[in-house]
Amino acid sequence: MGQANGKDFGGAGMIEELLQLKNLVFLLQGLGVTLLISAGSLALSFVFGTFLGVLRHGGPFAAAKAASLYIEVVRNIPNLLFILAVRFLTPLPPLAAAIIAFTIFTTAAVAEIVRGGLNSIPKGQWEAARSQGFSTVGILVHVILPQALRNMIPPLASQAITVIKDTSFVWVVGIEELTGKGMILMGMYATLPQVFTLFSLLAAMYFAVNYGLSRWARLVQVKA
Amino acid sequence: MNPGPFALFKWEAVAAEWPVFATGFGTTALVSLLALLLALALGLAFGMAGASTSKGLRGPTRVYVEFFQNTPLVIQVFFLYNGLPYAGLVLPVFAVGVLGVGIYHGAYVAEIIRAGIEAVPKGQKEAAASQGFNAWQTMVHVVLPQTRRIVLPPLANQAVFLIKNTSVLAMVAGGDLMYQADSWAAGNLYYGPAYVVTGLLYLALCLPLSRWVRRMEKTSAVQA
Repeated sequence: MGQANGKDFGGAGMIEELLQLKNLVFLLQGLGVTLLISAGSLALSFVFGTFLGVLRHGGPFAAAKAASLYIEVVRNIPNLLFILAVRFLTPLPPLAAAIIAFTIFTTAAVAEIVRGGLNSIPKGQWEAARSQGFSTVGILVHVILPQALRNMIPPLASQAITVIKDTSFVWVVGIEELTGKGMILMGMYATLPQVFTLFSLLAAMYFAVNYGLSRWARLVQVKA
Repeated sequence: MNPGPFALFKWEAVAAEWPVFATGFGTTALVSLLALLLALALGLAFGMAGASTSKGLRGPTRVYVEFFQNTPLVIQVFFLYNGLPYAGLVLPVFAVGVLGVGIYHGAYVAEIIRAGIEAVPKGQKEAAASQGFNAWQTMVHVVLPQTRRIVLPPLANQAVFLIKNTSVLAMVAGGDLMYQADSWAAGNLYYGPAYVVTGLLYLALCLPLSRWVRRMEKTSAVQA
């Protein structure tokens, strides 16, 4: 193994070859795509999910039922199916297709989080605000949601982590996010020390982002 | 004229070649079952260790839980499938599915079990100790039976996530439902019906569990 390419490469030399600046930049570009898909779909899901969660919590009967049906169906189907379906059944470019696929799925998850957050606010808050002349939407926007948001921070953060991890699935439709970039590198540096170093590095990059996110959420939760 | 993505003859093709989907469904069900057993075994062991007072037991548990919860399943499965062969260990893809998904979800199960154990009042342990139970007997005969009502709904939820995540096998040609459907559709381009049928089959596996969780959550909300 140490004699790869006819050169006297020790394991260290091979690892150095893998970890050259060019390759690290290549991986960081992948991380950028990972974060772009994650941030884009999370932002969209937050908007749609709040809307859906509010409808399910207290919307008109038909709307609540429709929201509920959407959430139940989407939550019980693998995300990968949406990734494939949006990619191959719509004319969207790959990156947009990935963001839409994750939005379809994450909207349902966020809606459930919002519903849980709304349920955690005592009815008295509604009654008090109504007695002060607030409209239903006014109560929701100014009184209920700001309080609910505080309880929603931990589940939203873990949902964000789930999204960041699951973006690795989009490599299946050829998008070069972090996992994809890693697999491309693996094709070029196919020795035991290099492959194991590469996997450790990929895991460490995901871990740094996700662990940081979960720590940050805990900090915000304590302060709020 | 170009036939639509959901043209009738495409549905007929799915109906005619149903064994493709049935085989995938069988593999998905079997991998899910075995991975669930592994996740429960790991989760129980690490959950008890995580709830113990011994630092030597809690430390490794934190590492296991944080590592697997903060890195993508896809990376873990790629490591088993693409990385380990470099070290001379070639696992059959079915085993990659069971091990990958089982170990990943074991980390989530461990946190559920730990939270369940910590929710049992301390007095229960003290009472058991006063009756001459040792730590192990206390855990098995007194503490764990009382966690059942707390841990069953989140465990069933985890089972739904686990079933959905077996679709990661499609990324390593694992012969599961997602892979069978996608490779069938890639051959004849009948994506529409293939994906709808696949979605329905996943719903058939996951929806009963999800409904049960909903019912449990409602009854416990009433009792609380």
